[in-house]
Amino acid sequence: MAKEVKKNYEQDVVGDGINSIQKVIDPHKSESNHIVKNILIGTCALFLFIMLILPLIVVIINAFRDGWAAYQKAVFDEYTVKALQLTLLATVSAVAVNTVFGIVASYLVSKFYFRGRQILSALIDIPFSISPVIAGLIFILTFGNVGWMGDFLKSHGIKIVFAVPGIILATIFVTFPFVFRELLPVLNAQGKDEEEAAALMGANGFTIFRKITFPHIKWALLYGIVLCTARAMGEFGAVSVISGHLRGKTNTLPLHVEILYNEFNTTAAFAVSSLLVIMAVLILIARNLIEWKNK
Amino acid sequence: MYLEMKNIYKTFDGFHASNDVNFSVEKGDLAALLGPSGSGKTTILRMIAGLDTPDSGDIIINNVRVNSLPGSKRGIGFVFQNYALFRYMTVADNIAFGLEVQKKSKAEIKNRVDELLELISMKDLGKRYPHQLSGGQRQRVAFARALAPNPLLLLLDEPFAAIDAKVRRELRTWLKDMIEQVGITSIFVTHDQEEAMEVADTIIVTNQGCVEQIGTPEEICFHPQTDFVAEFIDASRYKMMTLQ
Repeated sequence: MAKEVKKNYEQDVVGDGINSIQKVIDPHKSESNHIVKNILIGTCALFLFIMLILPLIVVIINAFRDGWAAYQKAVFDEYTVKALQLTLLATVSAVAVNTVFGIVASYLVSKFYFRGRQILSALIDIPFSISPVIAGLIFILTFGNVGWMGDFLKSHGIKIVFAVPGIILATIFVTFPFVFRELLPVLNAQGKDEEEAAALMGANGFTIFRKITFPHIKWALLYGIVLCTARAMGEFGAVSVISGHLRGKTNTLPLHVEILYNEFNTTAAFAVSSLLVIMAVLILIARNLIEWKNK
Repeated sequence: MYLEMKNIYKTFDGFHASNDVNFSVEKGDLAALLGPSGSGKTTILRMIAGLDTPDSGDIIINNVRVNSLPGSKRGIGFVFQNYALFRYMTVADNIAFGLEVQKKSKAEIKNRVDELLELISMKDLGKRYPHQLSGGQRQRVAFARALAPNPLLLLLDEPFAAIDAKVRRELRTWLKDMIEQVGITSIFVTHDQEEAMEVADTIIVTNQGCVEQIGTPEEICFHPQTDFVAEFIDASRYKMMTLQ
């Protein structure tokens, strides 16, 4: 639809000879604007180089400063591998939970009218606006020994704070708006007509979701999952508060980098960082592939 | 009496969308719900389809009170204003959807889809997607899709609103012929009195949630029973004249 409209628009505009007027006022064609354009490109490129590319290069160079053997030793270190495993576990759990939650919540908010709909939508944004450190503290205050549910958990032998469940919970909390936020506009734009039409023909909720809703949201969903994954892998603040930094037990990759760095083990810190960089780059590639395919 | 609406009331947040609506439609009739926007005609259509529920009153289809039946059990075909074609399905899959939901056999579905594609003269376009069709073609597909499960009552919400003026007249005649050919009881919603006059056997004029008058096009045109009907019909006629 959008494509058609755009095409028609282009035809109209070009067909009416606005083309020639555009030549006169086109900012990209005149001499002085050409200079402005180049200055802007230069500024952006310089900024990106200093802020993004240079630090990344530094990470890679430092990671290999003491040679391949030292890099390998740091990366395949027992604690690094354990941290990587924990990061992956937390990421997969957070993505799985938030995908289900995001689909359910966005479907609810976009397709049903009920009291408190706006409030629910605003509540889901809290992790975006709240500092991750506070997110971590919330869980300590809720599930910790002195916390609100502390006694109950203790008497049942459940350990959440300073243990893996806490890390997973904190990661879920910090990343739960992503899928929801990606899906909501797409679902809102779709409207309810197609689903009502299918329901009138006797299709049940699951069939409607599978055949009508899902094909519509699948790219947005994938995009949300990618963003959620990236954020979950890199989460530091909330996890740092709740983890307790027990090496080999509750240490995630970003926390492990910090520990190594604080021990003046710079090469190892950068080597482990390079793992996170590689994963981030992979996710970036995935994101762009999705965007490209989506077009 | 095929469809009966008895003492229907419906409010949305204090707004009276239907205020004691009473009318009936005979079997085989082609009826128009005619009224200005906001007069409650679409609400009536949606209540018949089960997409909205009346606060009180009875909806009776074929002598059965259907208030508590879900829309899918009322034997209704519905054509939405913007057709609501399933955009990720081909034309053929759109038409087949209702039959697949009913778990009809593959051969039966194929036969019915072919038959309907033939009926709407789109035999070769079954593999196209909705966005590859013109407005008129989309309407025809929506019509075929609504008819596929052999409903007893066809409801159409502003069926010509999304079509440009040039082909609208042509499609009106087409739709009227089709409905006659299929012989299905139909109700369509419109705000355009010319459209209602030209297509419908019976016109139900609505205003502010009430039914103002029910009658044949001639009765409505030449014997308006309320000031509103007289004014509404005249006003639109005047508009038509100035447009031409």
